[in-house]
Amino acid sequence: MTPEPITITIDGQQISVSPEVTLMQAIASIGQDTPVICFHEATTSEGLCRLCVVEVEGWRTLAPACVTKVADEMVLHTDSERVRRARRTILEMLSSAVDLSEAPAIQQQIDDYQADPERFPEAHRRTQPILDDNPFYVRDYEKCVLCWRCVQACGDDLQFTYALSLGGRGYETKIATFFNAPMPETTCVFCGNCVAVCPTNALKGKTEFYLDQGMDYDQIRLQRRRQQKSSSQDKKNG
Amino acid sequence: MEPEITNAAQYEQYLDSVRSHGRTMLLPALIAAQQSFRHISPETATAVSKALKVPLADITGMIEFYTMLKIEPVGETHIAVCTSPVCAAKQAHQLLHEMSANAAPGVTTEAVACLGLCDHAPAVLVNDRQVGSVTPKTDLSSANGRVQSRLHGEERMLTQWCEEDVEHTLENFLECGGFQGLRAALEHSPDEVIETVKQSGLRGRGGAGFPTGTKWEGAAQASGHPKYLVINQDESEPGTFKDRALLLGDPFLILEGILIAAYAIGAEHGYFYIRGEYPFAQQVLNHTITQARQAGYLGQRILGREFNFELEIRSGAGAYICGEETALFESIEGKRGFPRIKPPFPTTHGLFGRPTVINNVETIVNIPLIFKIGVDHYRSMGSPAAPGPRLFSLSGSVVDPGVYEITTPVTLRQLIYGLGGGIPNGRKLQAVLLGGAAGKFVPPEKLDLLLTDEALRPLGLSVGSGAVMVYDDQVDLRLVLSSLADFFAHESCGKCYPCQLGTQRQAEITHRMLAGQVLTGDLDRLQDVGWTMTDASLCGLGQTASHAILSAVELWPELIVEPDPKQVRS
Ligand SMILES: Cc1cc2nc3c(=O)[nH]c(=O)nc-3n(C[C@H](O)[C@H](O)[C@H](O)COP(=O)(O)O)c2cc1C
Ligand code: SF4
Ligand code: SF4
Repeated sequence: MTPEPITITIDGQQISVSPEVTLMQAIASIGQDTPVICFHEATTSEGLCRLCVVEVEGWRTLAPACVTKVADEMVLHTDSERVRRARRTILEMLSSAVDLSEAPAIQQQIDDYQADPERFPEAHRRTQPILDDNPFYVRDYEKCVLCWRCVQACGDDLQFTYALSLGGRGYETKIATFFNAPMPETTCVFCGNCVAVCPTNALKGKTEFYLDQGMDYDQIRLQRRRQQKSSSQDKKNG
Repeated sequence: MEPEITNAAQYEQYLDSVRSHGRTMLLPALIAAQQSFRHISPETATAVSKALKVPLADITGMIEFYTMLKIEPVGETHIAVCTSPVCAAKQAHQLLHEMSANAAPGVTTEAVACLGLCDHAPAVLVNDRQVGSVTPKTDLSSANGRVQSRLHGEERMLTQWCEEDVEHTLENFLECGGFQGLRAALEHSPDEVIETVKQSGLRGRGGAGFPTGTKWEGAAQASGHPKYLVINQDESEPGTFKDRALLLGDPFLILEGILIAAYAIGAEHGYFYIRGEYPFAQQVLNHTITQARQAGYLGQRILGREFNFELEIRSGAGAYICGEETALFESIEGKRGFPRIKPPFPTTHGLFGRPTVINNVETIVNIPLIFKIGVDHYRSMGSPAAPGPRLFSLSGSVVDPGVYEITTPVTLRQLIYGLGGGIPNGRKLQAVLLGGAAGKFVPPEKLDLLLTDEALRPLGLSVGSGAVMVYDDQVDLRLVLSSLADFFAHESCGKCYPCQLGTQRQAEITHRMLAGQVLTGDLDRLQDVGWTMTDASLCGLGQTASHAILSAVELWPELIVEPDPKQVRS
């Protein structure tokens, strides 16, 4: 049985929707996009990035559109001053923490909300060395926006391998393995799901990584052979 | 409560004994390892992972989330120095600095968030011993490790029998009229008990002030089974220590309230979550539960009725966020303390996804009183919007810090000057921080404010958890603000962006304020960060993390003075 549709108002426009949809789905039904960072069809929505927040009349705080369900007679404002300030400030704070140079979607959002990537001078950035510890992908966590997608894809949402966890806390939250072991020493099966869902190129396939570094395919082949040799050497010695 | 473990074989035995419970024993198992071996090694972590069937990576995730768990061994003597907004105003940072500089071999020191010993600032925790009013000269090895709070109140209804310096026995409790409220409640059906609590008008004392009877009714009527009762003594809100005083002073009274609540909502199993920084209180609680079980007040057919209830203690391990109710559930379930998205609410989907009532300790202590004295008498105390007695934790620059029970509403002035004895050393009042770190500053001009919901709400203020922190005119408020900001940055769980990023940016700006190096545009930045956290954060921590700081710069703009544009080189 499909439930009776209800009526809500989005930016002055009255529409009729199923009571089971999220605010984001309702907004999409009138052809409007909601900006998101953490949201992905394949992973569980945890309401992390809060970029999708909208104003609901009568509510004390803004509502995350990805996880909030519609209710009868809800009145939404998707572009109010409060909404714009929150989205802009989140993007500015993110720019001051993370390398977003390979995240074109977020770059676009920064333009859309006229966010100033230099808004926070003297901000402590989350810097980390590039982790190049396996033949399949490279982890450059300076680009990580903590969307949780890789952890979710490795765990309950796709692969059930559980090689990754959230580590640290607060601003120093990071993606961790068991005692931060290199990937080959974890339960990782190199399925590549984490790389596929990463929105910022923090996780990047090896070939793409080398191409980005200006190598051509011959050099890459040579490099890989060298690496395989040295890793089998390591095994013998270790 | 873990058995004494000194070697790996004993630890394996312990793991065997908890194996069948699975992941919910993860935090207890890690705490036991930390206490036994002073750190958690990869070998120990692997054994835990196998025994409780928890992925290896998740164990690292746990150790890194809970600050009392360590990868590197701590010293034989570990000194945790509180740097909360009360201790900070009493030179805690200098104390930490001196202690670290002069640490003997085998001694490690660490700055920690509020220890809940604010009436004895500056305070430290030496292994599992609490020491208050510490100076660099204090002999930490001889301190008895128990800090007592002074209880005050002209009419003491909740704290009538509260006394810390005695051994609490069931016999004593019964002699003083213990379990009368329970017996009275059991004369009624669970529905009637809930109705009585609703009529009493009792509101939660954990900070949010939700009507207790309504909460109970929600869980009682929810369809899932089993149902759980959870008691929240995470008590990590800076400036708050009343629940510790209640537990040390009258532990059986808390148990009485718990039994009435369990009976009313139909819970057969309860968890008492108590912060890891209260080791002595944990012992008292454990002793109380053991006595009650032996006497048949816990277990099957309590007082000969169709009423079964068991209560389990769970210790926190250094995470303020685990006081947030859904983060607390996650913690009991053996996970990092990440708050959940609400709805669904705990009354229908709480602990293990089941209907759950979670209550603060002070809330629970009000329950027996309601059944002892009746609704009418109960409602004659407090104010119409929040009836009943209320506890305030008074700390900072006052002559008599401690816990104050208030049955007839008082003003801030009466609390600080009348009951608390005023500001010591002839100093003047500079500011009051009302409601804890999540509260707001009140200036001296507002001292005649009545401490009731009715008077405070229109001003955007709240009693919160009842913390009242007093600052005299010698205190550098910028130090207090930076300590507050550090607290939130340290305690943010990191789940949602506004708070994960905003608490850090906020802390950086307050550090510049303290150093006198404010940048052009910092006030704007502070406000944008603060409003965004309030508006867009996932849980109450982020939503209140800027309140105190923004209230201060609004009241005292001189705290943040930007450089004169004319004198700045472009
Ligand atoms: C960050 C945060 C920390 C909290 N800490 C505590 C705490 O230490 N003790 C407590 O009783 N409630 C705390 N709360 C409130 C709880 O989420 C919950 O509302 C309360 O335990 C409900 O009990 P009550 O209705 O009896 O007040 C906290 C809330 C937040 C957002
Ligand atoms: S590595 Fe990529 S997928 Fe994983 S949390 Fe970071 S940004 Fe998200
Ligand atoms: S507001 Fe802060 S503490 Fe709460 S979920 Fe977000 S990051 Fe975690």
